Amino acid sequence: MKKNWLSAAAAVLAATTVLAACSSGGGGGAGTAAGSGSGASNCTNTIPKKNLPVVTMWGWYPNMQLVVDNFNKQNGEVQVCWTNVGQGSDEYDKFQTAISAGTGAPDVIMIEMDRIPTFQIQNSLVDIKKYGFDAVKADYSAGAWKDVSVGEAVYGVPVDGGPMAMIYRKDLFEKYDITPPKTWAEYEQAAQKMKDAGGPAFGDFAANVSALTMALQIQKGAAPFTYDPAQQSSIGVKLNDQASKDVLDYWGRLAQKGLVGTQDQFTPEYISGVINGKYATYISAAWAPGYLTGAGVGKGEDTGKFAVAPLPQWDPANPVQVNWGGSAFSVTSQAKNPELAAKVAYGLYADKESLTHGWTNQIIFPLNLKALNDPEFVNLKVAFFDGQQANKEVYVPAANAYQGVTYSPFGQYYFDAMTKQVSALIEGSVTGAQAADRLQEDVAKYAKEQGFTVQ
Amino acid sequence: MIEKSAPDAQQRTRRKRSKIRLREQVMGWLFVGPFGIVFLALLIAPLAYALYLSLFQKRLIGGTSFVFLDNYVKAFTDPSFLSGSWFVVRFSLVSIPLQIVVALAMALILDAVTSMFTRFSRLMIFLPYAIPTVIGAVMWGFLYSKSFGPLADLFGLFGAAPPDFLGGNLIFYGLVNIVTWQWAGYYMIILYAALQGIDPALYEAARMDGAGKWQIALRIKIPLITPALLLILVFALIGTLQFFNEPQILRSLAAGTIGPDFTPNMYAYQQAFALANFNYGSAISFALGGIVFVGVYAFLFFTRKRRSFL
Repeated sequence: MKKNWLSAAAAVLAATTVLAACSSGGGGGAGTAAGSGSGASNCTNTIPKKNLPVVTMWGWYPNMQLVVDNFNKQNGEVQVCWTNVGQGSDEYDKFQTAISAGTGAPDVIMIEMDRIPTFQIQNSLVDIKKYGFDAVKADYSAGAWKDVSVGEAVYGVPVDGGPMAMIYRKDLFEKYDITPPKTWAEYEQAAQKMKDAGGPAFGDFAANVSALTMALQIQKGAAPFTYDPAQQSSIGVKLNDQASKDVLDYWGRLAQKGLVGTQDQFTPEYISGVINGKYATYISAAWAPGYLTGAGVGKGEDTGKFAVAPLPQWDPANPVQVNWGGSAFSVTSQAKNPELAAKVAYGLYADKESLTHGWTNQIIFPLNLKALNDPEFVNLKVAFFDGQQANKEVYVPAANAYQGVTYSPFGQYYFDAMTKQVSALIEGSVTGAQAADRLQEDVAKYAKEQGFTVQ
Repeated sequence: MIEKSAPDAQQRTRRKRSKIRLREQVMGWLFVGPFGIVFLALLIAPLAYALYLSLFQKRLIGGTSFVFLDNYVKAFTDPSFLSGSWFVVRFSLVSIPLQIVVALAMALILDAVTSMFTRFSRLMIFLPYAIPTVIGAVMWGFLYSKSFGPLADLFGLFGAAPPDFLGGNLIFYGLVNIVTWQWAGYYMIILYAALQGIDPALYEAARMDGAGKWQIALRIKIPLITPALLLILVFALIGTLQFFNEPQILRSLAAGTIGPDFTPNMYAYQQAFALANFNYGSAISFALGGIVFVGVYAFLFFTRKRRSFL
């Protein structure tokens, strides 16, 4: 609290966070940062082939260590120096600072797809089309490439998708005699039934997962942004259409009635709730099981308690599948050798061993067709779901039906503004419709301030 | 004075003196130098640069342009900045008196009671200050937890739900508690040191006049340590208006309650490092600096008749 003397402290703080980010390695291997980004002399991983040029890289997948080791072992041309500088916003804030400073960014960075326009508009990512795109083009679907492209340019290699589904507790569903709801109306009824019987919360509506709320709005038919990167100065912002309002009203109502919890997600509090059966369902993406097992869920006594069903629909006749998360490897414009960096971006998470490890543990949902079309992947009996063929039954169909979304170039601001409104909604000080209107006003104002023409 | 000495002798002494003076000057600069360099490089230069930055505006579309004081005009009409400032002002009004009262009470008790536990107690009360703020905030985040904190067990005994100190209604008091816990011990040490400096003869004289322990405390001890009290009040005021670490850490546990514009310092941080708006972030920092300056100056102005340390 004391002593952070105005912006001086802020500047020092920024410097130290970047420095800390670079030196947070524990595993000893000091990479000879030859031809690599600045400031990254420490890696979390050990580099086996020390005579090769090194490419620095930031990422946070739970099994990143193994993937990097696999890559370094197999590659005779370049080695990867990996650092985990934090998950989500933590990483983006550091990258943003490095962009503004003009130095300190890694060569390759893991980015969620919804943030690609944010960094692309600041010219901080490199178009990697000329560095071997043709060789790997066939490995990913056209939709996957679309999510990492801006116009004709390609700003990342798709790695991991987030097709959404409803994870639920089999034991609780059995105890309260509930069958997995197929529509959101049924979801609400089931929640009411569980509450009337004295059961726990049916799910969770959190203020800190704006990307999830956005996905649920898109499922109902919202299109938050219309943005053509070819015409960068103009953007359509539509955050208060009827679909967006309906979804906020729906969850606001469930929260007010106490049918769902309102705990922030990704917190120890929430995880312990999931472990202790305080939530009957977890509306989440295909990477969630890996995240939960990483936090100790689904092991020991919890084994076999979880199952997964398709995401409930608004109109079962016209089902819509949506995505939460999903990430890519991008080459930053600070990369000393973009060609080598692109080789790393294309090559990481592309070998059989890494892919297999990722999907057997349900840590990543691969976008690589080599894995997606692998019968072994499709028919996998997922241990977390007690041997359920989750990919075949739920995730692969969801991924195949996913249509893609247009993201805004100010993702951080939008998500923060949404957090604020959802928080007010949870408290009960606004209705869902009011929250949507305020969000629209707030974000449109920001877009104008940033120089956009808002439609 | 050497009135009658020869002129050359006079000159010699003068030269000698100026030599000594020169050496003293050089020594002085050598001593001040390291601090001066760090002071210039890490405080003055960043401040000047931030001031320069605050006069510009950088947009995603259209690039950077000189806007002079527009960012300041914007800051003082920005609901996020104003509500954050209002929060820290309210927070100061509640938490600073509380911290001072707790610190003063503990210092007076430790000063009055001499037993084998005094030193141990002093250390224990001071200990929270020795714990980094960030770790303290993380620890309190867990203690406040509704499902595995001690509060849950405590209230569970009576079959009640624990209060949610990370929720919108109680976060204010949750933070007041953390800050008091963290700083009261530190202030207590300052006050205790001031109490130790009082001449014991005064107490004896007071006792001979028939004063009790309460009277000694209220009529002698507290008036005599007023300068120390004022000192810690100013420290607390400056620190609290720049409230940052604790809410920033607790944000990861209560994003819905603590927004990025919760306090002005957090808002500046968010603008600069998450939204890449260093210009506006700098302007907010200076605007906050202005508020702190005005606040502290007003405080010193109203207390200037007392014995002050400044």
